[in-house]
Amino acid sequence: MTGTHLGMPAFPAVAPAFPAAAREAVRDEVLRANLRHATHTIRDKRRRAVAELADWDRLRAAGKAVKDHTLRHLDRYLLQLDAAVTAAGGTVHWAADADEANRIVTDLVRATGEREVVKVKSMATQEIGLNEALEEAGIAAYETDLAELIVQLGHDRPSHILVPAIHRNRAEIRDIFRAEMGGWGRPAPEPLGDDPRELAEAARLHLREKFLRAKVAVSGANFMVAETGTMVVFESEGNGRMCLTLPETLISVVGIEKVVPTFRDLEIFLQTLPRSSTAERMNPYTTMWTGTTDGDGPSAFHLVLLDNGRTDTLADPTGRQALRCIRCSACLNVCPVYERAGGHAYGSVYPGPIGAILSPQLRGTGSAIDASLPYASTLCGACYEVCPVAIDIPEVLVHLRERVAQGGPVTRGGVRVTLRPADGRTAERAAMRAARLLLDRPGALRAAERLLARARRLAPRTLPGAGRGWTDSRELPTVAAESFRDWWARERSDPR
Amino acid sequence: MSSKDRILGRIRRALRDDAPAVEVPRDYLHAHGSRTPAERVDLLAAHLAEYRAVVHRTDEAGLPPLIARLLAERGARSVLVPPGLPPHWLPAGGPTSVPDRAGSTPAELDRVDSVLTGCALAVAETGTIVLDGGPDQGRRRITLIPDHHICVVRVPDQVVDSVPQALPLLDPTRPLTWISGPSATSDIELDRVEGVHGPRTLEVVLLGTQ
Ligand code: SF4
Repeated sequence: MTGTHLGMPAFPAVAPAFPAAAREAVRDEVLRANLRHATHTIRDKRRRAVAELADWDRLRAAGKAVKDHTLRHLDRYLLQLDAAVTAAGGTVHWAADADEANRIVTDLVRATGEREVVKVKSMATQEIGLNEALEEAGIAAYETDLAELIVQLGHDRPSHILVPAIHRNRAEIRDIFRAEMGGWGRPAPEPLGDDPRELAEAARLHLREKFLRAKVAVSGANFMVAETGTMVVFESEGNGRMCLTLPETLISVVGIEKVVPTFRDLEIFLQTLPRSSTAERMNPYTTMWTGTTDGDGPSAFHLVLLDNGRTDTLADPTGRQALRCIRCSACLNVCPVYERAGGHAYGSVYPGPIGAILSPQLRGTGSAIDASLPYASTLCGACYEVCPVAIDIPEVLVHLRERVAQGGPVTRGGVRVTLRPADGRTAERAAMRAARLLLDRPGALRAAERLLARARRLAPRTLPGAGRGWTDSRELPTVAAESFRDWWARERSDPR
Repeated sequence: MSSKDRILGRIRRALRDDAPAVEVPRDYLHAHGSRTPAERVDLLAAHLAEYRAVVHRTDEAGLPPLIARLLAERGARSVLVPPGLPPHWLPAGGPTSVPDRAGSTPAELDRVDSVLTGCALAVAETGTIVLDGGPDQGRRRITLIPDHHICVVRVPDQVVDSVPQALPLLDPTRPLTWISGPSATSDIELDRVEGVHGPRTLEVVLLGTQ
């Protein structure tokens, strides 16, 4: 049996097509500039926010330990959570995979008789392709986070965990708002400038009518507390509060690894998550709710607990540490490969270093992109240094590379199987060669770049032969020809 | 087999390698520094202001005129009032009081200019105010829909140093809202813009004995 026969959990087809190639070539320059600016700004801010806490290392160790302890007893804590949420007036559903979760949510929305839902930014619902599933059922899902709105209106894909539209600059955002808002609801005010303040105001007006009439909301959660059944959502804009308090029905789709044992455990993550993600002492709004409250907020609360490859990841003693992730995105912001490649290159809703270890575990290494992800790294270790739950990302990358190259036991869909080592013709092999070629042999990269440059006006752009594993994700310019190679050469000659 | 049983079964099989039990080290700090009550209040004020909340200080006698002034400066014609708000906080002859009612629709609340509440506690180190739906705070939505929120914090009694000191004082069965400055976004080029969907103006009144 080979990796490709194992069957992947259902994943949404990757969302809409990219703009035409000519425009794209221009945009990719912009993309890289946007990304570099953004990641450098936030990583410096983060360093200052973290330096304020003398006990940062101890908080980090405690956060890691809470997550490891929870994973060690995950069955027990999920049962405790289920009981607590139920006792507090909520209803708990369990979904083994994406299809089941989508079916549950669709049925719940249908039962309300509503045809639209408002959504709070949630990685889990992106992972399962919920918006697409709802659309098929004739239900419109409106993203309400500003960045998600930009992505949705732009028929685009998110490229960063925290700032999903990080690849768009203000002028592009203004153009998207002008062209698209009218088709979804209240049009953008005219004239509309590209000042972030004006753009935020346009989003406020556009979304307000949706919030005020919404009867159903869909959210994720950052944490779930087993002992009390409390759900926690961190946010900045207030769209989360709108969705979590105004509608009559609230449906939260949450990965099973988001549970923590006690309310007290939140004292760790309330300190480490905001500083790691937005580099603030505290994010503007955090909402905590437990089941339903008479007369305040939704009268119906549904929690959908999502597996979708998480238990398979848990079965791998080295790889399971990826389940500690609290999705702060600090590892993206310090990653030299992410900075040059951009989020789209990772072919998954989880970009950057965490995506490189999470996607191949959640989905298996059956596809070329997933088999190549463990190679999308220089193993420089910056991600591990900043991770607030001390995930040793380089360790997992090396482990996953070994698995791709040498085969071995893995768990897929709850079943233990043995992967065969990659042979010369498999996607895995291509991925390894791609990585080696692109990173270690500037000559090969240059040749590929020349081909690329010639093909620049032709879509789709794909690296020939060995490079395909990376470029199948359609963002070749993200392999960032010139700068990437120069950087790599520098990196190799620079003994640190 | 139900999905619940299937998932629990997968978890139990996944954990067969018998990973060692993990103890959670709790040696992190309970507070970052020791402060006098006055220093604690000053730190809260500084951190609130850093995130663009507007901070005022007054005493019991000064509170009603201060609130009257803040509402007048806003040009507020109506103000939402939770049921347990001390009645003397609101000056006579000011904007129309709108009670926090279960039956109000979001669209009705959207027409109210301001909201005046107390809070459950405040955290100095992070510049945070926590609401727990108590009688002087009301339903969560009343501090969300109006564009102007005036929140009264009794100092120094309601101020703690740190997050680890705040959690034991809060009841997780109540809906909790942690507020650190007005709503904000950095989604456009990581340029921080205050005020998206929540109240764009947050005024915090530190009510003490002066
Ligand atoms: S792996 Fe660590 S640094 Fe990266 S998003 Fe997750 S918690 Fe943050």
